[in-house]
Amino acid sequence: MTRLSAAFTKGRPALVTFVTGGDPTPGATASILDALVEGGADVIELGMPFTDPMADGPAIQLANLRSLGAGTTTADIFRIATEFRARHPEVPLVLMGYANPMTIRGADWFAAECVKAGVDGVICVDIPPEEDPELGPALRGAGVSLIRLATPTTDAARLPAVLDGSSGFLYYVSVAGITGMQQAAQTSIDEAVARIKASATIPVAVGFGVRTPEQAAAIAKVADGVVVGSALVDLVAKHGADAAGPVKELTAALAAAVHSARKGAL
Amino acid sequence: MTVQTPNSFRNQPDERGHFGQFGGRYVAETLMPLVLDLDREYRKAKEDPAFQAEFDDLLEHYVGRPSPLYFAPRITDELGKNALPGKGAQVWFKRDELNHTGAHKINNCVGQILLAMRMGKTRIIAETGAGQHGVATATVCARFGLPCVIFMGATDVARQAPNVFRMKLLGAEVVPVTAGAGTLKDAMNEALRDWVANVHNTFYIIGTAAGPHPYPELVRDFQSVIGKEARAQMLDRTGRLPDVLVAAIGGGSNAIGLFHPFLDDPSVKMLGVEAAGHGLDKEHAASLAGGRPGILHGNKTYLLQDDDGQILEGHSISAGLDYPGIGPEHSWLKEIGRVDYTSVTDKEALDAFQLLCRTEGIIPALEPAHAIAAVKKLAPTMGKDEIILANLCGRGDKDIFSVAEHLGVSL
Repeated sequence: MTRLSAAFTKGRPALVTFVTGGDPTPGATASILDALVEGGADVIELGMPFTDPMADGPAIQLANLRSLGAGTTTADIFRIATEFRARHPEVPLVLMGYANPMTIRGADWFAAECVKAGVDGVICVDIPPEEDPELGPALRGAGVSLIRLATPTTDAARLPAVLDGSSGFLYYVSVAGITGMQQAAQTSIDEAVARIKASATIPVAVGFGVRTPEQAAAIAKVADGVVVGSALVDLVAKHGADAAGPVKELTAALAAAVHSARKGAL
Repeated sequence: MTVQTPNSFRNQPDERGHFGQFGGRYVAETLMPLVLDLDREYRKAKEDPAFQAEFDDLLEHYVGRPSPLYFAPRITDELGKNALPGKGAQVWFKRDELNHTGAHKINNCVGQILLAMRMGKTRIIAETGAGQHGVATATVCARFGLPCVIFMGATDVARQAPNVFRMKLLGAEVVPVTAGAGTLKDAMNEALRDWVANVHNTFYIIGTAAGPHPYPELVRDFQSVIGKEARAQMLDRTGRLPDVLVAAIGGGSNAIGLFHPFLDDPSVKMLGVEAAGHGLDKEHAASLAGGRPGILHGNKTYLLQDDDGQILEGHSISAGLDYPGIGPEHSWLKEIGRVDYTSVTDKEALDAFQLLCRTEGIIPALEPAHAIAAVKKLAPTMGKDEIILANLCGRGDKDIFSVAEHLGVSL
């Protein structure tokens, strides 16, 4: 069993958390990642900063700028990942970012670095299934999960193409929009997750616009996982290098809500 | 590496939107279904005589096409003066600066808004750098009564105040974008963000022959009216084809529009002119000369970027050329060697700008001033009976303020 699949077979929904690597500095990320783990996150998404984060709202855009402004490089991201893996041998780690930084040295190079650093999966925002040859074969060949996104515009006809070649989990983007903005209506999330789970053989995690333990709990009733990003990134923006405490606190509240969401319903 | 020469240079892209290794559809999943829908709708529109007829009618009666093909006698003489005996090519211009709104941009906007309406979209968004594409988009939105939101970098809003006012007069909402450096690429990011959040009712009118497939193809097709007219006009006037075509390149829509109808005429050479800014070893916007292939804004193409794939800011005196990428078909045409690409500096463009003002009584935009600067170098090396055809893709009214500033004149 891979680290990723283990995270979704604990008998309860999983909490997936995102922060941008190198925000506010490359040196500060380790303590923030540790806070996520200590707070109870089941999967860690580490954002690779990019100059042009087209799918992100203001919170994560600014995190990208802070990170790049602090001089974060791709080498720093892999160093952060390698050190995380040494400290946390069992916690799944996923890199999330945009195509250009991932492919600029070649997909094979990127996949090999992921393996060396102990990265379990990759989410690439701007490589849809139609452009899979750009990155997918290299990752699959290296045994790294390619985690694709499905959205409210992904209809039934298209869903099989999205699932084909995906592994680890499917990331359902609950709103047609950018990160950190409005949350989708719970009923539309319920319907979409049910529809996707009917076709998917991998876990389905739901994200975009999830900020509070209450929202997370509602989603965890139907989904295998809940992704929270911008709310955590906001804490990093506010507290900078001292963000570990507040990040751990919010993560713990989210984890408690997500992990217990289905208790009592059984 | 040997590159195989295709039977035709005019049958790109493939059905997946690839021009060789370039192009493609590198967009977020939310947009993918819409991009596929646009592709299907564009195929149908292309085959629909009524769509073509409406496009042609608007170009003739609203835009003012065909634009003239003009032999420029005084600049021809001026450039021939110091040439060797028998040298000094004839210089001709395709006068797309005479279009309604003063540039070639309107050709594409007319085509795209017809597509938008065909798809039932009720809201238009666009990005703009210098403001020319924003003005052209606001213009067609006013003409067809659709609400229009223009994303423009805050830096550009400040330095292009007259165009901001034009857009507002035309009824558009102009949204200043403060992210990043506040220039064209940031405006494009913000337009993509808006589009992702409003896919159900919104059509994104992209201003250059770039972005996810089918944009590079459809923008090229709409702009190809430039080359189709020029080819027929030149044959009609001289009984022959030009020897060299010259056009400035930011994203490359005016250049691909001129070049494409001539690509299978083997005798016609082509020269694309990028902005070398302060020089290729300093700040510039020459993606082909100073960049390498990467993925941005939905397509794979040459980009200005660092070793980690972070995108660099372009610089050019011309805000319309100030973009760190280039349309994917140009990347392909460079790679297969069908088109030559060169670059000229801010200084050379300024000199050429003034030369055209004085010799022909035409104030060009700073974008085509780059093409004229290349003509200046090229004409004296060619024979007297040879013909250079350059695309005068925009007029210079918008640029007089920045030109005055660069010349040290206060208005």
